[in-house]
Amino acid sequence: MDEKPLLSATGVTKRFGGLPVLHGIDFSVRQGEMVFIIGPSGSGKSTFLRCCNRLEEPDAGQIVFDGVDILGKGVDINAMRQRIGMVFQAFNLYPHLSALGNVTLALRKVVGKSKAEAEAIGRAALERVGLSEKVAAMPGTLSGGQQQRVAIARALALDPRLVLFDEPTSALDPELVGSVLAVMRDLKQRGMTMVVVSHEMRFAREAADRVVFMEAGRIVEQGPPAQLFEAPREARTREFLSRMMA
Amino acid sequence: MTAFERFLETFFKAELIAATAPKIVSGMGMTLLIAGLVVATGVALGLLLAGLRSYRIAPVSAPIVIFADILRAMPPLVLILIVYFGLPNVGVTLSGFAVLWLVLSLVLAAFAEEIFWAGITSIRKGQWDAARATGLSYTATLIWVILPQAVRLTVPPLVNRTIAITKNTALGTVIGVPEILNQATTAVSFSGNATPLMMGAVAYLVIFIPVVMIGRMIERRLAWKRA
Ligand SMILES: Nc1ncnc2c1ncn2[C@@H]1O[C@H](COP(=O)(O)OP(=O)(O)OP(=O)(O)O)[C@@H](O)[C@H]1O
Ligand SMILES: [Mg+2]
Repeated sequence: MDEKPLLSATGVTKRFGGLPVLHGIDFSVRQGEMVFIIGPSGSGKSTFLRCCNRLEEPDAGQIVFDGVDILGKGVDINAMRQRIGMVFQAFNLYPHLSALGNVTLALRKVVGKSKAEAEAIGRAALERVGLSEKVAAMPGTLSGGQQQRVAIARALALDPRLVLFDEPTSALDPELVGSVLAVMRDLKQRGMTMVVVSHEMRFAREAADRVVFMEAGRIVEQGPPAQLFEAPREARTREFLSRMMA
Repeated sequence: MTAFERFLETFFKAELIAATAPKIVSGMGMTLLIAGLVVATGVALGLLLAGLRSYRIAPVSAPIVIFADILRAMPPLVLILIVYFGLPNVGVTLSGFAVLWLVLSLVLAAFAEEIFWAGITSIRKGQWDAARATGLSYTATLIWVILPQAVRLTVPPLVNRTIAITKNTALGTVIGVPEILNQATTAVSFSGNATPLMMGAVAYLVIFIPVVMIGRMIERRLAWKRA
């Protein structure tokens, strides 16, 4: 694992109207690292994740990705976003496009690939998430687990350096969670850098390189999963974990 | 003469049907031409305005909203008369044909803009997030992700509104556009018999029943399985 961070956030602050949501987050991910962010509802996990590709605009702070200050003036944020994939709780597939259409849209319209090139890449991405047979399927005909895997393929097709996951399994029926986690495990094995907001504590303990606990817009504590789950230093972390495990 | 014969004589007089048919047919051509132009111009302009409004730039959105509100509130006949009889006073003279096309297109654009706008705002924010997160620009997201969904949602109200407004081509009769109603009323005034009006009514049905059916077909074809 490379020591230089692939993404590093410093002092990221965000408020919605009068409501402060992030109070100066310092956070970094190294190349190949899989970091989980856990914490109570409303603690700002999603907001922070969305700051990392500027779906939310931080009020203050700095976010450097691959050596580029993505909050800087004149940054081509659309170019940066091709290198930062994102997967959402609600999948957000385009309902009017087939699985392949979902996966190839950005390849066609952003990267400028030809139809044939984009489709070859799209098929490979769908195969990687185990959906070669569903290339032509419309999202509405797919199960939640299949939809989320299409969404992961959509992110992977752009060959990102980093993938952000916001509760990728929270909207799934329990029996469908496994298929999505399997894809994420496979990604980790191939060295993908990932930041995952999740309530899947068992998965975090098994797969994470590092776990970050957030509460009320601040990072309270972070460490390797064994340490954070078995011997949390902060009382608030202990309290949260005991509630989650109950 | 029995009552039934008198009825036939008044509304379906054979010699008159034969004599008036060519005029009604030419009126149908005119009605179809204007209707086609109005639909193409009005829907395209409405889509463009709704798209522009979605950028939420106040100096752009405000005039669009005001335009849409005024044109939806005003009876089309009033607008037609104002433009036809008013504009020459400021040195602009448009033919009846041009006035009818212009006014009905603007009215349809106003309604279509509101319908498309409702469609655009009803698309969940997650669609924007997903598209923007893959690097699509705002405009690309609007064109490739949002509008295709918004347009599908808006087909039923849009088809209804489009039919309602294209029927207003009959208003062209007051400014001398030789469309169906104009041809029919001219023939009535020469013959003093209501048969040409009946023919006009049939001509409208011949044009608009297929339009209603095509509208239903488009609705069905655009439906997709919801996620
Ligand atoms: N677009 C927004 N406008 C106003 N307030 C917002 C917006 N998005 C989030 N918030 C508020 O910011 C706070 C943090 O929300 P966020 O979604 O980041 O929390 P979270 O940790 O992801 O919670 P959860 O586990 O429920 O997903 C919440 O109080 C939320 O209501
Ligand atoms: Mg969240």
